[in-house]
Amino acid sequence: MNAAMPRLLIGWLYGTKMNIYGDRGNVLALAQRARWRGIEPEVREIGLRDPLPDDVDVFFFGGGQDQEQVAVSRDLQGEKGERLKAAVDDGASLLSVCGGYQLLGHEYRPHAADALPGIGLFDLVSEAGPERFIGNVVVESQWGELVGFENHSGLTFLGEGATPMGRVRVGRGNNGRDATEGAIYRHAVGCYLHGALLPKNPVLTDWLIEAGLRRRYGAYDLAPLDDAVERAAHESAVGRAVKTR
Amino acid sequence: MSGRSSTGAGNARNWPDLRLSAALAVAKVSAVGIRRLGRGGGTSAPGVLANRIDPSLLTKLSARLPSGAIVVAGTNGKTTTARMIADILESGGHAVIHNRSGSNLVRGVVAAFADEASLGGHPGGDVGVIETDEAAFPDVVRLARPRIILLNNLFRDQLDRYGELDTISKRWRAALAHLDERTTVVVNGDDPALAQMTEGLAAKRATFGLNETQHRLEALPHAADAATCRACGVDLHYDALYLSHLGDWRCPSCDRARPPLELIGGEIELRGVESLAMTVRRADDGALRLEVGVPGLYNAYNVLAATAVARVAGIADETIVAALAAFRSAFGRIERVTYQGRTLTLALVKNPVGFNEVLRMLTAATGGLTVPTLIAINDLYADGRDVSWLWDVDFELLADGTAPLSTTGLRGADMANRLKYAGIGDDRLRPLSSDLADGLDAFLASVPEGGSAYVLPTYTAMLDLRRTLTERGAVETFWRQ
Repeated sequence: MNAAMPRLLIGWLYGTKMNIYGDRGNVLALAQRARWRGIEPEVREIGLRDPLPDDVDVFFFGGGQDQEQVAVSRDLQGEKGERLKAAVDDGASLLSVCGGYQLLGHEYRPHAADALPGIGLFDLVSEAGPERFIGNVVVESQWGELVGFENHSGLTFLGEGATPMGRVRVGRGNNGRDATEGAIYRHAVGCYLHGALLPKNPVLTDWLIEAGLRRRYGAYDLAPLDDAVERAAHESAVGRAVKTR
Repeated sequence: MSGRSSTGAGNARNWPDLRLSAALAVAKVSAVGIRRLGRGGGTSAPGVLANRIDPSLLTKLSARLPSGAIVVAGTNGKTTTARMIADILESGGHAVIHNRSGSNLVRGVVAAFADEASLGGHPGGDVGVIETDEAAFPDVVRLARPRIILLNNLFRDQLDRYGELDTISKRWRAALAHLDERTTVVVNGDDPALAQMTEGLAAKRATFGLNETQHRLEALPHAADAATCRACGVDLHYDALYLSHLGDWRCPSCDRARPPLELIGGEIELRGVESLAMTVRRADDGALRLEVGVPGLYNAYNVLAATAVARVAGIADETIVAALAAFRSAFGRIERVTYQGRTLTLALVKNPVGFNEVLRMLTAATGGLTVPTLIAINDLYADGRDVSWLWDVDFELLADGTAPLSTTGLRGADMANRLKYAGIGDDRLRPLSSDLADGLDAFLASVPEGGSAYVLPTYTAMLDLRRTLTERGAVETFWRQ
């Protein structure tokens, strides 16, 4: 490895606990799209009780099963959660999906148990809903059309201080009522989109990578890649979304 | 069995059960009609109709089976294992009723039982082998009141249909808690979730597992859900790991561990995509050497599970050995067809663990994939609508091979993208039409005549490809098997 080679540190929050629904694909997309441009990626898992490293460029935080979300919620309270918020305020980028997204809001309220506290990175609350939203989703966003797959019974409501990630064109989104999906704060994005999301939405992937690199290196412009395979996957997924919902 | 046959079965000995007879008549007529119309095997719609007329149909017929019903459950291998069990029982002189074509929801089970029964309500066999879907398991157990239940494995699968593993575990545990000592639960002790789920049941328990030195994994694959101790919640430690999260496990902080095994498999010899041999030992006495025409380590577990069930059912060792030696793979799971001068090996892929094990089998001999391969991914209901699972499969191990990789199906484009991110370069990656017949044709054109090829379809893609191959005279229709 060349000493002058730029690097990208990807911090994978609770990778072994919060890894259902193929969300690991997001980490692969971040790492490969860096590597294909001569940027050396390093993926570091940040597990329960691990301290949060200072120099993470891009965080990924996926979904988990109920039992695991309880342990993760507890682990994020206090210093770790504060450091994560400080990193985002300092310019680090972040993608969180499903359970990870919920735990970055103020809290999650289950049906018949105590509320799980989040860390309030996003101004939103989530609660258990009466039905499960399952299916393909198409969202209009600042990155153009995003496509993914939702599978959640939690309903998320954005507060005054939250900006939605986009508007749902196909699917149910945050809560099935206000046509919003996800939330954005600085370079942090939270949403319900599996798929995995980043591999077939490369514009968003590159936005996350570029933001992380700008924090580390100042101005940084990513070289373009040939995204024909990604575009084909994107288009076929949108086609299936329109057809199946 | 008298205590459990209270739902109408006692009456029926003296009085014709008109409701049951009506349900059976409707099921039989509709099955014949569906087949005549060429709408498929008639393997589930008759069950829906029959169940509407008599919701106790399965309970009544099951109660009249002299040797009872055997329920086969598990995420992977249930069709293959249920067929092995049925073959062994038939070799042992039993008349077996079996939902053989793999329609494993309640309606499919009901349809199979209705198909075999007489209009008077006689079951048409002396033992039932019921393959059941994970979601249908609690209902099937409640309705069939089985004498033996096989729990083979529990993996992450089609989360849009089944929900999370925690949820399935809770439902299974609740269904098992209703059983008494007349039922034996045959459980894979290498699966920590199943072993812990079957602790302290009123039903009897029989355990099996592997003690194997050759075929081990170094670390938990991505597809494995973190296996934790039910008491402490901490991650389990493995002294040996064989497949996904199956292995010789123990809790590092309490004394929970893999239970003592009553039947132990080992000395496994894997012979490519053809067959396997293994030794099965009882804790107390002799060993059997089994040779079976199914490939891959995942099938070693199926062979062991079928042997464990057969022993609980009282089948003699020599019958087990002979029946397994004669066994042929289940529909579409793995089969070889010759078509247009090419030898195609078809292997069903339906979830991350299953796909990983198929890749492990295909690459075991050579260290990388050397045979042209077509991956066909659909996203219909039976495949799972969510293709996210492809990102949990370790396609990275294909990056070292040389063979071209083609993709087709409704989500073939997603599959091609997955392979790209696994490091498969432009030189090997061939995204083909999303139409399966077109994809198959384009793929075959790239395989030299006289050559071999692998075809790895999801469930509905397999049905579709098989229909195409059948129409062109390459394969037999499946419901006649």
